[in-house]
Amino acid sequence: MHSSGQTLNGSEIFFECLRRENVEYIFGYPGGSLLKVYETLYDIKDIKHILVRHEQGATHMAEGYARATGKPGVVLVTSGPGATNTVTGIANAYMDSSPMVVFTGQVPSSLIGNDAFQEADIVGITRPITKHNFLVKDVKELALTIRKAFFLASNGRPGPVLIDMPKDILNASCTFHWPETVEIRGFKPTITCHINQVEKAAHKIAKAKRPLLYIGGGVISAEASEELRTFAIQQNIPVTMTLQGLGAFPGNHPLSMGMLGMHGTYWSNQAVNACDVLIAVGARFDDRVTGKIETFAPNAFIIHNDIDPTNVDKNIKVDLPIVGDAKDFLAKLLEETPETVENRDSWLADIQSWRELCPLTYNKEDGALRTEYVIDEVSKQTEGNAVVVTDVGQHQMWTSQYYTFRNPRSIITSGGLGTMGFGLPAAIGAAFGISDRPVILFSGDGGIMMNIQEIVTAVHYKTPIKIFLINNSFLGMVRQWQELFHKEKYSFTDLGESNPDFVKVAEAFRCKAILADTPESAKAAIKEALAYNEGPVFVDFRVMKKDMVFPMVPAGGSISDMLLARLNPKTMV
Amino acid sequence: MKHIISVLVENKFGTLNRVATMFSARGFNLASISIGETEDPEISRMTIVTFADDQIISQVIKQLNRLIDTIKVTDLTKQPHVERELLLMTMKLTKTQQHEIFELINVFKGKVVDIKQKSITIEVIGSPDKINTTIDIFKPYGIKELARSGAVAIHRGE
Ligand SMILES: Cc1ncc(C[n+]2csc(CCOP(=O)(O)OP(=O)(O)O)c2C)c(N)n1
Ligand SMILES: [Mg+2]
Repeated sequence: MHSSGQTLNGSEIFFECLRRENVEYIFGYPGGSLLKVYETLYDIKDIKHILVRHEQGATHMAEGYARATGKPGVVLVTSGPGATNTVTGIANAYMDSSPMVVFTGQVPSSLIGNDAFQEADIVGITRPITKHNFLVKDVKELALTIRKAFFLASNGRPGPVLIDMPKDILNASCTFHWPETVEIRGFKPTITCHINQVEKAAHKIAKAKRPLLYIGGGVISAEASEELRTFAIQQNIPVTMTLQGLGAFPGNHPLSMGMLGMHGTYWSNQAVNACDVLIAVGARFDDRVTGKIETFAPNAFIIHNDIDPTNVDKNIKVDLPIVGDAKDFLAKLLEETPETVENRDSWLADIQSWRELCPLTYNKEDGALRTEYVIDEVSKQTEGNAVVVTDVGQHQMWTSQYYTFRNPRSIITSGGLGTMGFGLPAAIGAAFGISDRPVILFSGDGGIMMNIQEIVTAVHYKTPIKIFLINNSFLGMVRQWQELFHKEKYSFTDLGESNPDFVKVAEAFRCKAILADTPESAKAAIKEALAYNEGPVFVDFRVMKKDMVFPMVPAGGSISDMLLARLNPKTMV
Repeated sequence: MKHIISVLVENKFGTLNRVATMFSARGFNLASISIGETEDPEISRMTIVTFADDQIISQVIKQLNRLIDTIKVTDLTKQPHVERELLLMTMKLTKTQQHEIFELINVFKGKVVDIKQKSITIEVIGSPDKINTTIDIFKPYGIKELARSGAVAIHRGE
């Protein structure tokens, strides 16, 4: 530990700042512009550097870590290709509001703009996908810039921040000074909700006959689950959640309705359609949630709380906007709403009848191995207490339907950008942050190949993740749309012929691997995998090839109009 | 509807680019944008002219506010303000038209900034509407080149 007033070089300042930001892990990959940093790193013991195998992997790991812990994830990559490889991961963190600080090396200041070897204008490239970014022009600015970056990444609506550090800055020296406070005049997020607005909301809710809570990831990043639970239960209000909001309210509570939207539960979507007051908290009315906007919550007075004012009145005109932190909002709302609650029995009975009309079910009789079964079984064996990471596709939607999330920070998935290849590295990152709960990955056979190299990282660091490959030999989600809306032309989605033998692939990486192709072997494999903690374990679940995720709202449709079964029942499965 | 938005920003490299990138990424209309230092050298003032309905303009303002380098955003449209634009224009100069041209320059309270045998360069300052009219009126005389500054605007004093 160095102290303020000492003369340090840029690389030493870099680590000293990370130390003061309580950084535990850096996900990184070295290169020419970072040689000095890696030289300094060689003797550092208190900050752990995780060597990835692709810089995209580093960004998703950092995000997985951030989502599991709430602390910003840290990435360190070299200039040029190292930097451009982070673009997808940064965009992903931006869309899902995950706190992250990405450090990129840059060519020496004197060469910037000259098309120097491994030069890329990463500040220019990432401007539209970062919350903010910086190019450090003087070693004296480095400490303050790092301080600002961490502050911005985790305050207000979280997001990724990038710092570009030219090589000469990392070599130059100056007197180290750690700024205890940070002041950014253009950044003053509204945390405290306007009490008059909250009173109005409470007034509306008190008189509501059919109120509904619509909860997004903002409740989780604000650590407001406790407030939500108290409020919903005290007021007897059912809770529907977005993909990122799952776990904010315990999925096994009778008031939990699971997810809403395109692959949400039938009863959630009917409830949105019928509610008289909709209370949206930390959610942004994404098109995958609302479907056709004109028919979304047509009878409801809409109350919308979000920390980002740009989310309010963006996709839908709301009746009562309340900008501020979700925790503050829910705590005040509880205080302002009278304890004597309107009788809501008939509303809850309506919801129950929709639940019974179209429950989430799958065929358990025919002996085929289905994804739904695998996820259901994992949910049971882990009692809904695991941290579940997914990739993108059918398996992701089934996870939202069949895993009963009981705790916040339990689903880590790419919702906004929908990035295939996110899952495996994100699971590794999450496992660095979490040790008291198992970390489980559900990935598709398409998506796993997009960052398969990171199995090396998991093996090397003995990261005890469960890699559950949902192997349906198809780009399943695309195939589903082809079947439903594109004349069953399975154009370039059949991976059956070309997929590798995944068990052998995993074993070549020296990862424990198991094959499961029946419900019985799947159940046993899950048990075995959950009991194994010496490192990663890979299970290749050979599931049914042409299964469908239902219910489903066709693109652009009203969310109350759900497709419940195959259009052509004769489709070969 | 036309809106004039005045934005105080950090005087740093890349700030103009951040604003322009945000407009294009969000599909907002950007009719003109001008930027210059203020009385405080650390702060620049941007004047943005955009055409948008009320719902979009409120998003524009919120998105501008969301940029970290933005210090203050004001929609001047509905407040007392002064708006000016500078036009520099070079025209053909012929013996026969010379007289008329000079008269028109007077009408528009313009100034001659350069004059050569066959061409004349003038400057005109006024509201963007006045600049439009100026250009229309001079068109028949043969405009060789013109440059407009884009609007700058400010609150009227108390
Ligand atoms: C990087 C990227 N490329 C393409 C897509 C489009 N896409 C969405 S889901 C999907 C299929 C995913 O297949 P798989 O990983 O096997 O999962 P499954 O749907 O079969 O569960 C594709 C190609 C995407 N989301 N991300
Ligand atoms: Mg698949």
